[in-house]
Amino acid sequence: MVKKIKEIPTHIPSMKNIDSHSHVRGESIYIDDIPEAQGTLYTAVCTSTIAHGKIISVNYKEVLKKEGVIQIINHHDIPGENQIGGIIPDEPLFADKEVHYQGQPIAMVLATTEAIARAAVHLIKIKYKELPAIVDPIEAYKKGNLHIPSRTFSLGKMDKAWKQCEYIIEGKADTDGQEHLYLETQGAYAFPNENGHITIASSTQGPTALQRTAAKVLNIPMHKIEVDVRRLGGGFGGKEDQATAWGVMAALGATITRQPVKLILHRMDDMKMTGKRNPYRSTYKIGLDKQLNILAYEADYYQNAGAAADLSPAILERTLFHSTNAYYVPNVKVTAHSCITNIPPNTAFRGFGGPQGMFVMEAAIAKAARKIGVKSRAIQQQNLLNNGHVFPYGQKVEECEAIATWKGLEKKHPLKAIQQNIDQFNAENIHYKKGMAVMPICFGISFTNTPMNNARALVHIYQDGSIGISTAAVEMGQGVNTKMVQVAAKILSVHADRIKIESTNTTRIANTSPSAASATADLNGKAVAMACEVLKKRLLKVAAKILKVKITELRLKDERILVKNSPVKIAWQTLIQEAMLQRVNLSEHAHYATPKIHFDKNKEKGHPFAYHVYGTAVFEVTIDCIRGRYEFDAVKVVHDFGTSMNRIIDLGQMEGGLVQGMGWMMMEELIYNKNGRLLSNALSTYKIPDIYSVPKEVDVTFLNTDGNDMAIFKSKAVGEPPLLYGIGAYFALLDAVQQFNPNFEPETYHAPFTPEKVLMGLYG
Amino acid sequence: MIEFILNNKLLKTAARPGMTVLDFVRYQQQLRGTKIGCREGDCGACNVLEGKLEKGKMHYQNITACLMPLANAHGKHIVTIEGMNMKQLNPAQQAMVDEGGTQCGFCTVGFIVSMTGYCMTHEQATYEEAIAAIDGNICRCTGYKSIERACQKLIQAVKKKSIDKPIEWLIKKQYLPEYFSNIPNRLKKIAVIEQKVKTNSMAVGGGTDLYVQRPEEMLEQSAKHLFNNKAYKKIYSKDGFIYIGAEATVTDIMEAPIMKKHFPQLPQYMKLVSSTPIRNMGTIAGNFVNASPIGDLTIFFLALNSEIILTKKENERTIALNNFYVDYKKMRKKAGEIIRWVRFKKPGKNHQFNFEKVSKRTHLDIASVNSAILISTKQNKVEQVHISIGGVAPIPTYLFKTSKFLQGKTLSLDLINEAKPILNTEISPISDARGTADYKRLLARQLFFVHFVELFPEQFH
Repeated sequence: MVKKIKEIPTHIPSMKNIDSHSHVRGESIYIDDIPEAQGTLYTAVCTSTIAHGKIISVNYKEVLKKEGVIQIINHHDIPGENQIGGIIPDEPLFADKEVHYQGQPIAMVLATTEAIARAAVHLIKIKYKELPAIVDPIEAYKKGNLHIPSRTFSLGKMDKAWKQCEYIIEGKADTDGQEHLYLETQGAYAFPNENGHITIASSTQGPTALQRTAAKVLNIPMHKIEVDVRRLGGGFGGKEDQATAWGVMAALGATITRQPVKLILHRMDDMKMTGKRNPYRSTYKIGLDKQLNILAYEADYYQNAGAAADLSPAILERTLFHSTNAYYVPNVKVTAHSCITNIPPNTAFRGFGGPQGMFVMEAAIAKAARKIGVKSRAIQQQNLLNNGHVFPYGQKVEECEAIATWKGLEKKHPLKAIQQNIDQFNAENIHYKKGMAVMPICFGISFTNTPMNNARALVHIYQDGSIGISTAAVEMGQGVNTKMVQVAAKILSVHADRIKIESTNTTRIANTSPSAASATADLNGKAVAMACEVLKKRLLKVAAKILKVKITELRLKDERILVKNSPVKIAWQTLIQEAMLQRVNLSEHAHYATPKIHFDKNKEKGHPFAYHVYGTAVFEVTIDCIRGRYEFDAVKVVHDFGTSMNRIIDLGQMEGGLVQGMGWMMMEELIYNKNGRLLSNALSTYKIPDIYSVPKEVDVTFLNTDGNDMAIFKSKAVGEPPLLYGIGAYFALLDAVQQFNPNFEPETYHAPFTPEKVLMGLYG
Repeated sequence: MIEFILNNKLLKTAARPGMTVLDFVRYQQQLRGTKIGCREGDCGACNVLEGKLEKGKMHYQNITACLMPLANAHGKHIVTIEGMNMKQLNPAQQAMVDEGGTQCGFCTVGFIVSMTGYCMTHEQATYEEAIAAIDGNICRCTGYKSIERACQKLIQAVKKKSIDKPIEWLIKKQYLPEYFSNIPNRLKKIAVIEQKVKTNSMAVGGGTDLYVQRPEEMLEQSAKHLFNNKAYKKIYSKDGFIYIGAEATVTDIMEAPIMKKHFPQLPQYMKLVSSTPIRNMGTIAGNFVNASPIGDLTIFFLALNSEIILTKKENERTIALNNFYVDYKKMRKKAGEIIRWVRFKKPGKNHQFNFEKVSKRTHLDIASVNSAILISTKQNKVEQVHISIGGVAPIPTYLFKTSKFLQGKTLSLDLINEAKPILNTEISPISDARGTADYKRLLARQLFFVHFVELFPEQFH
């Protein structure tokens, strides 16, 4: 049955992002906007100029002569461990004897101005003995260079399944990496306090990761380090683990000099030194029966992890979790290899390995469809997940919306009509051709590492009735602070402007999980809800005492007490004053841990996700067959938002994620040469979508689904899933190129589909 | 001393003329609303407005503060977000809030500055032009759709503005603070300065290449800042030639009536050249002496068979642009010589012109290959033809052989196909971040062909 499609009701205004007022006035404060304390030192980082080799000597002589240089710090100056590796301890803060990628930090210079520090770094003379560099993950795999043992997810019986297949297709599919290009580069500002305490203002998604690592490097207990995060000028995963190094360096500098130390990376340094979305190379084999049911799927993923493990092992896991995308495949064997190469350690990026795996599945379907002589979407639709199916990792498919979103799309934007228009256009035009592709998605919500699925909230009600909330959530543009306000305002029945969301601070909220995995609003929102429920109960008890009624007869509504649904004279502020007189605790700290989830890494089976998010999109593109340029005419999406708690914010995540995913598939090209040097190392060579490269029309339909109780207010997580739609851009382009050149069949489906690949495809 | 008005404050500063406006406003004036995204003019996070007093009227345009030498601010009104803020949000700010056009907020100020700046132009506001005004602003969060909606909303409101006196209207409607009304009077009082520098010191125009390539050096450099010299910005015709002053910006060229007259497609071509703020700063001479094999203006003017007039003190000499470049970044320019004028013969009635550019991203990008053609035909016979191509050799290339081959021949598909192998001998592309050599070779042939498709659509389709 087709579910009813609910449109965005424009007459019900959503709450505006609470940060937007200061954003548009330029009054929001990012790291580099914090007023400098007197005596602040500025940092520049000296990094390796080769991808792999031994350090023979480092000469600092000339640096020390330079006026304004205060201190040079390298691995010798570290009081604790020279180690910042998160999952595996394999990454020194400063290289010691060897370097493993171009851009690897070797030392840092502290000076009275940034210009002096930057100039001083050029005076450091380093001699290396160069060793061979590996950039290609398959080459690394063949040499046995892996961060962790390879992992395999399997379901059903492969041997038997292949025999039942009418069609078996094999192929290769590669995706390049993606630079996060958060507009605010990495940075931190550390202040020394008494007794060796350090406060670090950082642009990090993972405050605790920074605190833990800084404690290890400085050899002090975690309680001596306070990490404070006001907001990020974009993160996208790039500041989950990779903000740590810069925060630790600033803290180390502040510890050694006893002066405030600021470290802000310049853009080209950031691009050179930090990791990106992992590039993947993959091989696959897919088998279908006559009715186009996918019976078997096998794939090998070679993850280009870079020189250190960073988050790559966890990313690898999510590739396996999402290897079959939104399809049911009864027989699956997928294996993933985390390959060590001599490029910067790659890291989390919106989708976290999921998109890389899903691209391979979509490539397999596209190639199979071509061989069989059907449209890809015939295979896609035939194999959509439904309740009662099982994922390759053992979790049962429940509350599935794959078919509902597909049907919803069909109903609102009949695919047949789109195809007819395209066919007609193509028949009438020689120099321009159109193509289309449908992209269904399925994404699991939760950290796949079960222990990380927890959060805390600290809610204070002050005696004037104003409210301050601290959580583990880091605001980076995703609007989580606004959602936290909504949660508290709804439960306490107060006006939103009474509520302030405090910075994310490890002294107020300890042991935080990073703001990642799309789960930030769910985890922290649930914790806020729990704390507010407790406070509400206490306040109602206070009211019950004054009014001499039963607590069950009381309710809070719009800042008033209701007795049996009729308002009485006690307003919010009076109630708070009364609570103060009665010496009631107006603060609450709540802890939430996602129930039900578990995963056994030995068996590679379990129930790792709280729930899944679904959706279907259709892409339409026009290519200029002389110049190889292209424009997306439209992307139409029917998405499962659950019961969206904030349509402006959720729509923003939808559109932004979509365009970011499209950028990865269209133009964002990370080019490393054989020596591991990044050639597209600036905004002039690495191109992300501008306003003219986005689809002319983006039509988003909110599917009215039941949502899930594990989502905050049944409003499903929306951070990462929209990025996955972007994959459809590749296949729409492929379709359009094949309209012009029916013989075009790339040996490897290799994203991004740049204008270069389009032109070469048209005439190849 | 550099003297200018920053927001509502008249400043006289002894700061280094080579310092960027960005560093000056952020770290010397503590105006932290202007953000640093890339320091190479490619993101727009540091956009500020530059206001000039011309014929009694203020003209504001957006520029990237990261590439603008402080010297170029002399005698102008520089407006940062702090200079726009009023008690209540202005309509651009309000539209961005209402439509969710801001997420992480880091790029937002740049958008607001560009959008507000667009409201201040002396032209009727249109949605297309409002979008063009933010073509140099990059946002990584929103996917731009909410920003498009905000622009739509803003345009609805600003459509009714007075074109004659936009600033007064905008002040009345609370787009701008009141102090804007008195800016012209205050600017009049700032004297033009004569710079005293050595003849041999480096000449700096808009800064859009130099500040990308060697920002640290530029701070220290003692330079001849020519950008504000009005005599160097003239565009006029004389004796059958069109003369363009060395310091004319891309925007100046786009808006010059004589250029518009001879090149009706000029706005479409120039839209492919960088972004609005960079076009407001980048000069023709800067583009030429940067000697990039891929310089858009160089390719454009090569096909016009342009000449450049170089001066050193009183000495003056003229050299054909197609004879100016020797090898990669090497040109026939002596120490101390500067470009004074660029000139080319006015195209005749039979002349047709076309400019093509393909890059990884269509807008705000450097070309993979660009090309231009000037051709005159009579009864389908080629009378005269000049073709240029960029990105396929160490220098911006004038296709001598290919042009000569076509001369005097009758246009046909066969002729174009016969010319392609000749074109192939004249180029030697290399693989780099802008594409592989094979791609550039193919693209060169495609762009050569597409000139004829564009100019003779009935014959080539």
